[in-house]
Amino acid sequence: MEKKTPLYQWHVEHQGLMVPYAGYLLPVQYQDIIIEHMQVRTKAGLFDISHMGRIDILGNEAEEYVNYLCTNQIQGMKDGQIKYGLLCNDEGGVLDDVLVYRKSKQHFYMVVNASNREKIVKHCIKQNSYGVSITDVSSETAALALQGPNAKIILNSVIQEDEIPLKYYTFLEHIKIDGITCDISKTGYTGEEGFEIICAKDQIEHLWKLLLMKGEAYGLIVCGLGARDTLRLEAAMPLYGHELSENITPLEAGLTKYIAFEKKDFIGKTALLKQKIIKTRVGIKVLERGIVRENCTLMYEDREVGHTTSGTFLPYIKGAYAMAYVELKHSLIGSKLIVNVRNRQLQCEVCSLPFYKKGD
Amino acid sequence: MEKELKLFSKTHEWVELLDGGRALVGLSSYAVEQLGSIVFVNLPMKGDTVQAEQSFGDVESVKAVSEMISPLTGTVVKVNEAVFDEPGLLNEDPYNTWLLEIDDIKNQEELLTYSQYQSLIGKS
Repeated sequence: MEKKTPLYQWHVEHQGLMVPYAGYLLPVQYQDIIIEHMQVRTKAGLFDISHMGRIDILGNEAEEYVNYLCTNQIQGMKDGQIKYGLLCNDEGGVLDDVLVYRKSKQHFYMVVNASNREKIVKHCIKQNSYGVSITDVSSETAALALQGPNAKIILNSVIQEDEIPLKYYTFLEHIKIDGITCDISKTGYTGEEGFEIICAKDQIEHLWKLLLMKGEAYGLIVCGLGARDTLRLEAAMPLYGHELSENITPLEAGLTKYIAFEKKDFIGKTALLKQKIIKTRVGIKVLERGIVRENCTLMYEDREVGHTTSGTFLPYIKGAYAMAYVELKHSLIGSKLIVNVRNRQLQCEVCSLPFYKKGD
Repeated sequence: MEKELKLFSKTHEWVELLDGGRALVGLSSYAVEQLGSIVFVNLPMKGDTVQAEQSFGDVESVKAVSEMISPLTGTVVKVNEAVFDEPGLLNEDPYNTWLLEIDDIKNQEELLTYSQYQSLIGKS
């Protein structure tokens, strides 16, 4: 039985097409994936992301603990700073990709994937030899994402300019929006400028409606998981279960810049230092008519050299693209490959990531 | 081409019988609404045969692929190439956007009238 976010009833009443995702019933779309996608690229979109896992970490050695857990450099982060990082197992495989928020040296906050939440909470508890307290606050909180070039001006219509985080990957705590206490981060999963807002679960509906009302003049519409997926794919952001899994390391995923090898120790370090890379994540551009989705094999001269992990028609750049893992020697930009799509073979080539970058 | 004059399969394709025993095949508006914005159509080529109740191609939206099932058996004599360049025509005007013209029709599955089809999809 799937769980419902606090906005479930609102979604149903507003033509949200509800589908099960990561244990929750969430809207895949309200009107149309392409319309919702384009609106985020050109105006603004509002997403329910309450399903994401939120974990609070508190204790004198919280910084050391998170630094051991996560591949990225956590030591020396500033209060109000956010970092993307990976949680690995001892073999260097990715358990999850997360955002780490530093509230203070003794207080961190982690946003994890809904599908991994229970696994990560268990992992966090198991690895806790630092005496920190770990609290899964996912079910008492809720979250939304306000994304797109008009996101800031919309937010500015409900709070003052100095209550809006200025820099990418920073956040402000305890901001009051119409009396609702919120944590606001300048983050997102769309490749656009945008914000993610966390508040108590019984207040999200009021916040949601307020933003929609104020945002209407700036073209704000509600968006579902479908557009969330095409937007992140266009921006080449990995999705756990597709580009990331326990059988893929951050090195293979092209996420080396989020590994701080200079750290004395972190889970997975020994394995990652030893790993010989034979495959890597690439972008694939389809050169013929056809759509490539996940789990299509990539061939070079009748030999399988890789497979796709996500793919569809990308609405803003208007073309069929995919992300894939291929053998290193076929991973150079411009490498020509054949992709098997059911009963058809299509020409494709390796292209640079991301497919879309803001300002292009 | 009025939709009321077309026949429908239970798998949401329409058939329009032409003079000379030929027929046009397309997708119902219900089918395209369910798919959302269509971004690709894969069709057989001129000269290919299609079989009633068998797949004759795929139609793809951003979120999904769906097989199209032939409502009749026959030979493809024309393919609407406009939908290759502009698959969105299927969303805009499904009853004027045919996919295939079929000749040598040998048999057809049991087809529904427009009003029978409307009740099948719960719209009557």
